[in-house]
Amino acid sequence: MSDFAPLSLHVPAPPSREENAPVDTSRLSPAGAVRRPPVDADPQDIRDLAYSLIRVLDDDGSAKGEWAPALDTDVLRGGLRAMMKTRAYDQRMMRMQRQGLTSFYMQCTGEEAVACAFQSALQKGDMNFPTYRQQGLLIAQDWPVVDMINQILSNSADRIKGRQLPVMYSAKEAGFFSISGNLGTQYIQAVGWAMASAIRKDTKVAAAWIGDGSTAESDFHAALVFASVYRPPIILNVVNNQWAISSPQSMAGGERTTFAARAHGYGIPSLRVDGNDYLAVNAVASWAVERARRNLGPTLIEWVTYRVAPHSTSDDPSKYRAKDASAAWPLGDPIIRLKAHLVSRGEWSEERSVQLEAELDQEIAAAAQEARRSGTLHDGPKQSPATMFEDVYKDVPRHLREQRQKLGY
Amino acid sequence: MPSRTMIEAIRSAIDLSMERDDRVVVFGEDVGFFGGVFRCTEGLQKKYGTSRCFDTPISETGIVGAAVGMGAYGLRPIAEIQFADYMYPAYDQIVSEAARLRFRSAGDFTAPMVVRMPCGGGIFGGQTHSQSPEALFTHVAGLKTVIPSNPYDAKGLLISAIEDDDPVIFLEPKRLYNGPFDGHHDRPVVPWSKHPLSEVPDEHYTVPIGKAVIRREGSAVTVLAYGTMVHVAEVAAQDTGIDAEIIDLRTLVPLDIDAIVASVEKTGRCVVVHEATRTSGFGAELAAEVQERCFYHLEKPVLRVTGWDTPYPHVHEWEYFPGPKRVGEALIEATAAD
Repeated sequence: MSDFAPLSLHVPAPPSREENAPVDTSRLSPAGAVRRPPVDADPQDIRDLAYSLIRVLDDDGSAKGEWAPALDTDVLRGGLRAMMKTRAYDQRMMRMQRQGLTSFYMQCTGEEAVACAFQSALQKGDMNFPTYRQQGLLIAQDWPVVDMINQILSNSADRIKGRQLPVMYSAKEAGFFSISGNLGTQYIQAVGWAMASAIRKDTKVAAAWIGDGSTAESDFHAALVFASVYRPPIILNVVNNQWAISSPQSMAGGERTTFAARAHGYGIPSLRVDGNDYLAVNAVASWAVERARRNLGPTLIEWVTYRVAPHSTSDDPSKYRAKDASAAWPLGDPIIRLKAHLVSRGEWSEERSVQLEAELDQEIAAAAQEARRSGTLHDGPKQSPATMFEDVYKDVPRHLREQRQKLGY
Repeated sequence: MPSRTMIEAIRSAIDLSMERDDRVVVFGEDVGFFGGVFRCTEGLQKKYGTSRCFDTPISETGIVGAAVGMGAYGLRPIAEIQFADYMYPAYDQIVSEAARLRFRSAGDFTAPMVVRMPCGGGIFGGQTHSQSPEALFTHVAGLKTVIPSNPYDAKGLLISAIEDDDPVIFLEPKRLYNGPFDGHHDRPVVPWSKHPLSEVPDEHYTVPIGKAVIRREGSAVTVLAYGTMVHVAEVAAQDTGIDAEIIDLRTLVPLDIDAIVASVEKTGRCVVVHEATRTSGFGAELAAEVQERCFYHLEKPVLRVTGWDTPYPHVHEWEYFPGPKRVGEALIEATAAD
């Protein structure tokens, strides 16, 4: 007889499939508790920062600790505006999708601070390689919303000619790399872009973006190997929003360790940060960008946040997670938290919030109106089908010319 | 004019391109210090420094993915995949990313790059060092696929590929690196110095992408071939005494359909040869194009001579390789009177 009991396979499951499930509050540090090392710190000396959680804003909206950035009130109000505008934009786009004006949409509700505050740490010329949930990178730099909506509607004014699923923007001028739609591929490309910047003795830095689920892709690991080997100016962002459609972050290997800790095997400095804390995101992003620009190499940052919205317009979270799960999320709403901070500084009020919300809603509605004049997915003006044969190659080769003619163009 | 091997011709193309354009960088496994396992980049790290010619981790995903990012930045990366057989981890980056970046961003971003890879058999490389995966690239919109058969074309086509604004897959038949090979494996090895197409100018020149060339003029049958099989077809014509017209396609996409049609209309017969497996191989595409465009000129069905639909074997290399005997039999069949 064998000394061993039969083996069993461990398949992770989230605690929050059921109502009133307990929320995991391990690895949450109090605001201000985590130290701020110098930007040239030895990765070996800051390994603990991959297991703690850098937070600046406490529950009362006060900024605490060494990471608290010295930001002007105007900058903070600008950050609040960017996050609120992102949310207003998402709400309007959802409505337009539900009205049948386009095929698909993806919100970033609850994750606005990650993209909006990160963008404020970059300079013109730097390049983001985003996922489909970083619309805040564009909105935070006041990229024309009408241009984004044209893409959502795949209309005649869409700068990418109706070729991509909604939200797969491309805006080189805004330092926003074309979103693929295949997951994770941009991560190693961002490292290659950063290597090019170093090869050319430039001063530009790149920011790679990926979700918790997609860290399982080989591109993620290729990116970390290359970043570790060549030490290019790159910030490796992992947005841990807890969910990959219906799969919890534990399905990507987050059960017994953190995503930040992945970087340790590659000798890359890594930090784990409260992604719903605008001040913490700004402070840590600035720290990592400075490291990159000073040629100190890559930094990995895990932004801990929560995907409040469904994955996309094509899924219903009530089928796979408890309805109250997002409300129970201990890190709260990034917009409410930054508001509370500004209020505590005497620089904001509920009345001003209501007024700003109305203003932004109107601004987005006007942009949507303008975009609709250029057509929607199913109605109004759209690009000629002949454009389908363009940009496959720089010049249209003979076989594509023949196929275009066969289509009647 | 100096006689060069295919390796020397390829090295000369990269060297000249790096000299003329400081955006050109070359990298891959063992490419830097050692100069590549086939020595195509020998001396380039010394000449251009470690930031323009360098070794990479063993990660094809990383090599091609980084090249996409470098191309998007504005460099002209040349990525070496050590053997075409190792390409598969990079396939997503080639197919979903490099090939479609221009289209999906409407030209906002592009990824000009050359992905070089030694391909083909004849070296007792077994199933992981002998493959001919060209059809996996020709099937993909947005890629150009090039495969030279001699040193002169290798240099001129590679320079064209490096200067091209689209991603180019550059397949190098490794059995041709050091000499032409006609499939008569039991005969003494012939060096390139005995072949006229090893005369390679020192200076910059290009061979255009998308242009085939007639290697042997003939009137009895058209043979469509590329890479090593051009040489096999030539000797098969010689061995059988059949007056075949042999077209070296050189570029598979975009295909020089005019050259093919003109020849088949003249001969009325067509044999397609490639080393790669038969089913869904590039030969199927060629046969389909020929029958669509030349149906009323054809006297006989279009024949294919290809590798068998098996993994590439080791001990049975010469039973697998579509050598001069099999090509010769097809020439006889295609030209036989009814």
